[in-house]
Amino acid sequence: MKKLALCSLLLLASTARAAPILITGAGATFPFPLYSKWFSEYNKLYPDIRFNYQSIGSGGGIQQFTNGTVDFGATDAPMTPEELAKAPDVVHIPTVLGAVVVTYNAPFPALRLTPDLLASIYLGKITRWNDPALAKANPGVQFPDLPVTVVRRSDGSGTTYVFTDYLGKVSKEWKERVGTAKSVSWPVGLGGKGNEGVTGLIKQTPGAIGYVELAYANQNKLPLTVLQNRDGNFVAPSLESTSAAAAGVAIPADYRVSLTDPAGANAYPIASFTYLLVHKDAKDQAKGDAIVKFLWWAVHQGQALAGPLDYAPLPKAVVTMVEKTIQGLQVQGKPVPLASSR
Amino acid sequence: MRPSPAGDRAWAAGVAVLGGSILVVAGLILLELGGESVLAWRRLGLLRFLVGTDWDPVQDKFGALPFVYGTLVTSAVAILAAVPVSVGLALFLSEMGPKQLRRPVAFAIEVLAAIPSVIFGLWGLFVMVPWLRSTVEPALQRTLGFLPLFRGPTIGLGYLAAGLILAIMILPTIASVTIEVLKTVPLPLKEGALALGATRWEAIRMTVLPYARPGIVGAALLGLGRALGETMAVTMVIGNSPDIHASLFAPGYSLPAVIANEFAEATGDLHVSALAALGLVLFGITVLLNAFAQLLLKTVSRGFQRRPG
Repeated sequence: MKKLALCSLLLLASTARAAPILITGAGATFPFPLYSKWFSEYNKLYPDIRFNYQSIGSGGGIQQFTNGTVDFGATDAPMTPEELAKAPDVVHIPTVLGAVVVTYNAPFPALRLTPDLLASIYLGKITRWNDPALAKANPGVQFPDLPVTVVRRSDGSGTTYVFTDYLGKVSKEWKERVGTAKSVSWPVGLGGKGNEGVTGLIKQTPGAIGYVELAYANQNKLPLTVLQNRDGNFVAPSLESTSAAAAGVAIPADYRVSLTDPAGANAYPIASFTYLLVHKDAKDQAKGDAIVKFLWWAVHQGQALAGPLDYAPLPKAVVTMVEKTIQGLQVQGKPVPLASSR
Repeated sequence: MRPSPAGDRAWAAGVAVLGGSILVVAGLILLELGGESVLAWRRLGLLRFLVGTDWDPVQDKFGALPFVYGTLVTSAVAILAAVPVSVGLALFLSEMGPKQLRRPVAFAIEVLAAIPSVIFGLWGLFVMVPWLRSTVEPALQRTLGFLPLFRGPTIGLGYLAAGLILAIMILPTIASVTIEVLKTVPLPLKEGALALGATRWEAIRMTVLPYARPGIVGAALLGLGRALGETMAVTMVIGNSPDIHASLFAPGYSLPAVIANEFAEATGDLHVSALAALGLVLFGITVLLNAFAQLLLKTVSRGFQRRPG
């Protein structure tokens, strides 16, 4: 009998040692496909570390992180000063870049837009496709006599935040009349729910124009508008031109920066970071350790997995910066030993 | 069996708890919505919030009227379209149609009721909206264009599309309840009418419909309840623009749709609070309509002496 008790005690102890570390996170939907790939790949390397990520939206991610219900958060838009005040020990770690692209449903093969034209369309000033201003930017294109139907997101979203942030930078009128937010009061247009809702409306409506994420547009083979960037070049949205956007902006130490309308000859103008939110000094030894090591892996080996899933990897200079940030993270007041930088 | 007063009492207490729980749940919902929306009422003002037409989260301007208007208009379109069809369908099945047809049609109605609302929304967006845009709305404009209801550009998405989707969704509810109501009409009533020389239509009009009227009104109100709260299908076809238009072709917005769309990513306490306030407004509309329904039921029941059921 005693032997049995001893045996079961040993058994218990051994299972306790091998118990997997379960790390929970919540937040942005945009990077969800990449993050699930990362978590499953990382789990193959370290079978005792398991991630559970709920893609409930950036706002929810920030809230749950602030309330301490999850171990890490994820967001597309950096936290606002009010949000930061409630979570003073948060560190933003940029993971990859995304871009917002303008797509359309009209019978011409390519569309070029200047920042002015895009803002005018979304302000409701250009209402027909045969407007002379559009013809001027697109020499040789035969524009049909069709009304321009503006389509935008109806649900609050980081994509809308980035898009309105860009319009606010290139158009003074947009900044004053509409502003930048996850939900705004749109001057014109129809609202679709999610990327798929916007795409559905565009495909349904001849003459429609709308914005979606680059990854979504690529996977669904949507026609992409070529935009004029700050240097005056017309740049097609791609992973390379998106990464180039981060190279043209001075990045502050907390990474809370808008990448829209950047300098750079080949930079696509509507790009943004997406972030993981972690604690500067984690309380739980095992979990904190695992998260820091995972971040290190994500900004190195993880970047190679981004491209195939249509996310733009971080440029070299940003990776070097993020390395320092990760090395500065602590668990119970002590730094975490990391493998040497590659 | 030996009577057991203790068991009886326990049973009575148990049932009382279950019955009371619905009041507790309703009370908690009201309390939570009230608590969440206090900030909006205080900062925006009750009247200004209710009759305000601006919805601008960037500038913290919130007005509920476009959403209230959209909810009421789409529900009205739905009721106007669904009630005649449902009553006709129910009459056909219970009075006129061949017996062999009743089961399959009744089954089809039940299947219709079981389709998830997102499927209705998708079907609406990809099938009904293009049809409305290219065929129905231009035709309405040609024939009834003198009414402000049928003016403006025909984009397909809007109040009309949302109302018609809702009509299809509430049709099974209204039809199946109406069928049950028609079953309660006593046979001697109909036989009497027929014996007096009434035609089939006259018998239905003079005996069946008056007898069943309170039940039919009740069925319509059940449908209305579903129409007011429907979110997914409506948001997919209404256009999601917080504006007020007289034309049914124009895009609008509804209360449940804006709550579902903006709540998850609402930034700023006032935005969240304004959305909770919209929830309270929707709650209020439902309560008011239910009270009105009770009143209406009483009035129509008085028109016919015997109570149905």
